[in-house]
Amino acid sequence: MITRRNALMGAAMTALTFTTAARAEAPTKVMTPAAGGDLNLPREKVKLVTPPFVHPHEQATTKGPMIKEFTLVIEEKKVVIDEQGTTFQAMTFNGSMPAPMMVVHQGDYVELTLINPETNTMPHNIDFHAATGALGGGALTHVNPGEQVVLRFKADRTGTFVYHCAPEGMIPWHVVSGMSGTIMVLPREGLKTADGKALKYDKIYYVGEYDLYVPRDENGKYKDYDTPGEAYADTLEVMRGLVPTHVVFNGKVGALTGKNAMTAKVGETIMLVHSQANRDTRPHLIGGHGDYVWETGKFDNPPEKNLETWFIRGGSAGAALYTFKQPGIYAYVNHNLIEAAELGATAHFKVEGKWNDDLMKQVKPPQPIPPQVQGALRKGMIPG
Amino acid sequence: MSAAAETTVLHAHTETLRNALLGLAGATALVSVVGALAFGLPGPAKEAPAAGIETPALVELKPQPFAYRPAGDFSQAGRPTNAALRTVSLDRPLAIMMHQVTVGEYQRCVTDGACPRVAADQRAPADQPMVGVSWRDANAYAAWLSAKLGTTWRLPTDEEWAFAAGSRWHDDVQPEGGVDPAQRWLARYTQESEREDVAQRAPLPVGSFGVNEKGVLDIAGNVWEWTESCFVRRDLAAADGTQTVNCGVRVVQGSHRTYVSDFVRDARAGGCAVGKPPSNLGFRLVRETPAWKRWPTMMARLLKGAVG
Repeated sequence: MITRRNALMGAAMTALTFTTAARAEAPTKVMTPAAGGDLNLPREKVKLVTPPFVHPHEQATTKGPMIKEFTLVIEEKKVVIDEQGTTFQAMTFNGSMPAPMMVVHQGDYVELTLINPETNTMPHNIDFHAATGALGGGALTHVNPGEQVVLRFKADRTGTFVYHCAPEGMIPWHVVSGMSGTIMVLPREGLKTADGKALKYDKIYYVGEYDLYVPRDENGKYKDYDTPGEAYADTLEVMRGLVPTHVVFNGKVGALTGKNAMTAKVGETIMLVHSQANRDTRPHLIGGHGDYVWETGKFDNPPEKNLETWFIRGGSAGAALYTFKQPGIYAYVNHNLIEAAELGATAHFKVEGKWNDDLMKQVKPPQPIPPQVQGALRKGMIPG
Repeated sequence: MSAAAETTVLHAHTETLRNALLGLAGATALVSVVGALAFGLPGPAKEAPAAGIETPALVELKPQPFAYRPAGDFSQAGRPTNAALRTVSLDRPLAIMMHQVTVGEYQRCVTDGACPRVAADQRAPADQPMVGVSWRDANAYAAWLSAKLGTTWRLPTDEEWAFAAGSRWHDDVQPEGGVDPAQRWLARYTQESEREDVAQRAPLPVGSFGVNEKGVLDIAGNVWEWTESCFVRRDLAAADGTQTVNCGVRVVQGSHRTYVSDFVRDARAGGCAVGKPPSNLGFRLVRETPAWKRWPTMMARLLKGAVG
């Protein structure tokens, strides 16, 4: 099947001729349920959900290894990334930034169907940091608009791992345009403290942080483009300056605040997975902590305890467990506060429950400074 | 100022311009500048020297009772609470600008060297409200306008603004929290989330948000307005009425009431602090009523007091 778009692109991309020819059989392969039938293991289709939510999953499992089937549909689309209405030519897996989080257990096989619909303009692929070989799968998953591919890899090590698009010559552009997500490979027996005590969470949220580089016109206004291709040259120029115009959680300023704020209850344990596919970041929960934090995201290493801020290396995902102890509004930020407050990297938690005076109490509300203290201050003394 | 006087001033100004441009053979440029000045055409705000300044269009309102809740943070014996909603009347007529000060108007003050040039889009059309101005900038403008016109101009108080806003005034009653402070924060957060506006954030030409029942344009649209009122914190239980007044923070009014430091020009970068910031900071002024115009109201009050 040669699509109209591919025919048009043909001249520019001679290398594609081979794949075009080979593609004739591809649909048959995909439609056969026994694709990858060399493995005689039970299969399970997983329905992905849009972040910050994560599809239902077992935290520990008694089942044996399985083939977990996932589907990602690539979608190039224009999105709005801030309250001023700035538009952005996003490239996404399943339409969201970040792409949906996948959860499997160590020893499971991940079988991904990657679809690049004809409505897109560019070739794409996928590189799983959790996978071994072939550039994380990137070399085996190039799909042009109108193509799909099936890749299987073994989740042989535990942890939270970034996956992202990685087409030759355009890797950073695709990544900072939105094409990244996380796969979490859990130990089959679940998470544990350093001394082997089981750790469980009541709720899980997935925050994907992005540094965005939006070109401006000569008047300093953000430019609007009709296609990713048109935005490419200008965007690359901004990218090379390494100063993002926006640093956002989940695709836009305010994606996780207000009506979209994350929620929890006092006493609930939250698992927070945080990914940044391109550059370093440092999440911090204002007024809270990280009880158990796998800063690098790799569960074979014991979690660190009682962290104030944790470091997520660019190109990785980390995981933090926290049990809320006090109700109220919490801000979850990238603690480069300029990026949090000025560029957008802020999320909120609404936590219901009963206030604990023992943990904190306003002993006396703000009031005018009493005259005797005023007097002491005037004399240059420290009152009290 | 009469129309004839305005023409004369414009003419004189044109002469000056002509002299300046004489050597440049800028005949075409000259025509377009004169055209823009004469007809007040919307267009890029040019750095034209301030010519004759006309009294801005005003809405004059007689005092009438209206519902008002004082601005500030109130507590009752240490617990956050709301100030009482009361029916009040201003003690004098209110003469308030029909529309917010525009880019074109503000630029004249800048050209005169009396107002700070601000970073906000210099290329904004002259007929748009001036935004990206601090309380200090607004006061510089008021001082300049007062000097130009020989009358006293100032920012309205929060109370005056509320009166002029009429049906567009929003009561910012806060959820009562009881002993648990978190309940109040949560309720307030939910309230603010509900308010989440998807309205156009970029400033729009004067009149875009329509006129209220009092004849005031664009009030509580997407440009918030500075007021004269200082931030007040008060414990209602304190018998002596002791309060903290912080005039470094002023009340800002619009589709919700908020408090902003007087040097801030763009309150949007609220960031990690919880709360919805104003989209744009602008202002309109009131013309102070001369004392001789106030005495009938004062007399009426005194009489009423004497009778009552």
